[in-house]
Amino acid sequence: MHPAKSVIFFTTASGAGYGLMVWLALLAALGLVPADQAFGIVGFGLAFALIVGGLLSSTFHLGHPERAWRAFSQWRSSWLSREGVAAVVAFLPLGLFALCWVVMGENRGNAALIGLIGAAMSLLTIFTTSMIYAQLKTIPAWHNGWTVAGYLVLGPMNGALIALLLAQAFGYADAAQLLHRLAVALLVAGLAIKLFYWLRIHGGRVTSTAGTATGLGHLGKVTMSASPHDTDNYLLREMGFRVARKHAAKLRPIAIVAGFIIPFLLLVLTHHAGLGEGGILLALALAWLSCQIGLYVERWLFFAEAKHAVTLYYGEQAI
Amino acid sequence: MTCLPKDPTDKKLGLVIDLDICVGCHACAVNCKEWNTAGKSAPLTDYDPYGKKPDGVWFNRIHTYETDDGQGNGTTVHFPRSCLHCEDAPCVTVCPTGASYKRTEDGIVLVNEDICIGCKLCSWACPYGAREYDEAEGVMKKCTLCVDKIYNENLPESSRVPACVSTCPAGARSFGDLGDPDSEVSKLVAARGGIELMPEQGTKPVNRYLPPRPRKKGEEGKAPRMLNHSDDSADGAGLIARWVDKILS
Ligand code: SF4
Ligand code: SF4
Ligand code: SF4
Repeated sequence: MHPAKSVIFFTTASGAGYGLMVWLALLAALGLVPADQAFGIVGFGLAFALIVGGLLSSTFHLGHPERAWRAFSQWRSSWLSREGVAAVVAFLPLGLFALCWVVMGENRGNAALIGLIGAAMSLLTIFTTSMIYAQLKTIPAWHNGWTVAGYLVLGPMNGALIALLLAQAFGYADAAQLLHRLAVALLVAGLAIKLFYWLRIHGGRVTSTAGTATGLGHLGKVTMSASPHDTDNYLLREMGFRVARKHAAKLRPIAIVAGFIIPFLLLVLTHHAGLGEGGILLALALAWLSCQIGLYVERWLFFAEAKHAVTLYYGEQAI
Repeated sequence: MTCLPKDPTDKKLGLVIDLDICVGCHACAVNCKEWNTAGKSAPLTDYDPYGKKPDGVWFNRIHTYETDDGQGNGTTVHFPRSCLHCEDAPCVTVCPTGASYKRTEDGIVLVNEDICIGCKLCSWACPYGAREYDEAEGVMKKCTLCVDKIYNENLPESSRVPACVSTCPAGARSFGDLGDPDSEVSKLVAARGGIELMPEQGTKPVNRYLPPRPRKKGEEGKAPRMLNHSDDSADGAGLIARWVDKILS
């Protein structure tokens, strides 16, 4: 599948934004961070910027962005529509929560409850995003539970690294300690999920073949000897993306090291190496940056490595 | 509404494509383009039509495949590919806007271009590559089963078949109601063992493909009246020919 920049940015950015929201709500509910206005402005500012930026960029690849509102209508059948509805509905509790915290200086009690509702809606929105991909039988690399698990863990993982950096910067030690643990656990879980995902998609499982696509399988091996067209068409540009598969073997380790291992080691370092306050902040910032880069590569691979059934008509033997 | 019709009628209009007859001439693809670029989904935009990399929207594409059973038996099969008007059309249910729909009355799958936002998700959901995005118009387009021709009362009744069907010089394409077991197309499918493409994708396509008839093998499969070119004896030739043969050999 063609890895469109707007969709890669959208899924990583909004995932991180929703993840950050989840942790802000949790910190408030546990009473680990008071309704500190500056913290609130930076935290919610970042989270909303990531979410809104992501959502806006997802409309860039539309042929008719001005008609995007129509996408809210088919929630009964369409995961893409459900994602749109969930994203909009989530803004209500999230916006209220931010108002309570930043304007009214309140983040316990009912405010925290509203925050937790917002957190649940955030996770639901990430889930609907993952289902847009996981529902597609035409792309076996996506049509499995690891896709859903990946989205549900990687967004909050990325968000936890941002929340940790903020908590550390604002000097909330208890919050930082909890987020540190959460981030380490999510980095391990995230890496495990991606490894299982790659094992699965490279595990030789076959859904459809050139034989079933053409119905000629009973005659032996089917190869295309003449294409309908000799320049690339929409189908090949959108779904026949091959460039990455050559580089996938090289890019996978980059995604693993930058996305998970470096942040993990940096987090461990902040706990044990007796770094000063500045050193810890630098290490946490680097951990987040590295994770962000790793996740871009991961998301790029998620698209580029995924083979679509239509390629079976254009020379691919099995998907 | 992108839910599939709840009480679909029994009518399932579709195509039956005979892979034994198709000669790969692309006439159906050309006439499809010709009809539809002036029809419901007009225009079928071309990009760079006279340049180095011509490309554009087509609803029907003709591939050619070779098969090899590993024992020296091969077949060449021409293979037209267009929308199969699936009963469980995933392209319809994924559409967020309701632009993509399946008609209750005859099962034809269409796009309402006035509300399509061009998200392309339907083209990801279709296993058969039947949907093509018009980059100039920013909307999705696809085979309409020539809905503006098959019901067109301005045309003589005999012309009310899809453009690809009426133009095929070899008669490889048939059109009809595959929901009616007594229709000509259903009988043809039954007689020839017509198949669904990629049934494992769960789309329940309506269109059927008739597989190439089995090739005859051995003596039976040889072309009739083969000349034996290795025969160089002069026995049975005329007197002069035998005399020349003797002198020269
Ligand atoms: S062939 Fe593709 S576009 Fe046509 S109905 Fe089936 S899934 Fe939809
Ligand atoms: S491209 Fe148009 S028809 Fe296809 S899913 Fe998106 S809105 Fe629906
Ligand atoms: S039925 Fe009409 S639109 Fe569909 S492939 Fe044939 S000519 Fe094209």
